[in-house]
Amino acid sequence: MGTSEVKQMPQISLTTPLSDDVVEKLRIGQRVLLNGVIYTGRDAAHKKLVDLLDQGKELPFELKGQVIYYVGPSPAKPGQVIGSAGPTTSGRMDAYAPRLIALGLKGMIGKGKRIPEVIKAIKQYKSVYFAAVGGAAALIARSIKECSVVAYPELGPEAIHRLVVENFPVIVVNDTLGGDLYDEGVKIYAAGK
Amino acid sequence: MCSFQKALDEEISLTGKDILSQLLTNAGIASENQVPMCQDTGVAVVFLELGQDACISGGNIYDAVNEGVRKGYTEGYLRKSIVSHPLERKNTGDNTPAVIHTTIVPGDSLKITVAPKGGGSENMSGIKMLKPSEGVDGVKKFVLDTVRAAGPNPCPPIVLGIGIGGTFEKAALLAKEALLRPLGQPSNLPDIAELEKEMLELVNSIGIGPQGLGGKTTALAVHIKVHPCHIASLPVAVNINCHSARHKEAVL
Repeated sequence: MGTSEVKQMPQISLTTPLSDDVVEKLRIGQRVLLNGVIYTGRDAAHKKLVDLLDQGKELPFELKGQVIYYVGPSPAKPGQVIGSAGPTTSGRMDAYAPRLIALGLKGMIGKGKRIPEVIKAIKQYKSVYFAAVGGAAALIARSIKECSVVAYPELGPEAIHRLVVENFPVIVVNDTLGGDLYDEGVKIYAAGK
Repeated sequence: MCSFQKALDEEISLTGKDILSQLLTNAGIASENQVPMCQDTGVAVVFLELGQDACISGGNIYDAVNEGVRKGYTEGYLRKSIVSHPLERKNTGDNTPAVIHTTIVPGDSLKITVAPKGGGSENMSGIKMLKPSEGVDGVKKFVLDTVRAAGPNPCPPIVLGIGIGGTFEKAALLAKEALLRPLGQPSNLPDIAELEKEMLELVNSIGIGPQGLGGKTTALAVHIKVHPCHIASLPVAVNINCHSARHKEAVL
């Protein structure tokens, strides 16, 4: 194991909406506890958002400073705010993300690598991509305190939900310097490299 | 859960340890509250082993399986993740139909194995028809290439089901069946058990680690099944399962 650029930094707390100043200070590997309002969206909802933009119509929520969580939760049991709610694979949203980032989307939460166009948009427009732990869905659901449908209820688990979160644990994967923790992290631990 | 604990003890990456400890806590919460570990409760893959002396009466067995899936996913608050047509993509609303594999076996009982399979890991699976001359080294290379290309997407730590031999579709089914074996139980063929051990070490040396953020715990287990094949063929299928490897069996 070589010397590491990716040292474990102390966990910090952030509250949405996020400003450029806050986003610019984030670095890959930083563990963050997110608080405040975030919105959910998977590929079906993203397609609808981009269709609205193409038609010159307003989006169902204000994008500036906001964070979108790529998730399709399981149904809530009686007494639960939300069912299990872990991240889905972000790559399916890559075709739509740069457009939303250019319009002021400040953060995305998901799992898996982003394409160069998304990483470039994150750098250019000052945004951030966080990874949540895929499969830690029951744990993440505990940090979700409120959940309501904002748009597209017909999409079921893929509808856009407004969530209020407290101490939602995420890790910075792509930052405004163009860093990518997926590349850097694996390089450190690959044998014989 | 023991495999998470073992991985946590052995992981060298601090981020990796942090992730594994979240997964351990998550498994505890899911079990205590009877909620899904992961929101993707999958496509219902069902294996039926039907005794040749058994008799099914009163209706179609596949209808009965789908009724069970419908009830289980609705009453169990599981996510409905199935679309009725791969191109039109409208959700069926009750997670049916199941994918059902049937085999005829000796005896008069019916064994049902339910193995819900998540989309994120299924999407990163792969199959290749190797040349026989590529041999075991070719198999190892294809497995490593598949795991590398999958990277963080299948939510490592993963479980690998590998099918070697048979035909194109047989190899894929072998890979799926290999995932059904209790986690980490070696093959009963000594040479294959040895290959499983070697493959697990190889896969855990490429640095992907928990969630693909770097570390040594890329896979929790490698299970391999083999089958005779054509003199011209060496099919290899790699079915990737995430760490939420959920299986249940019943014998009627």
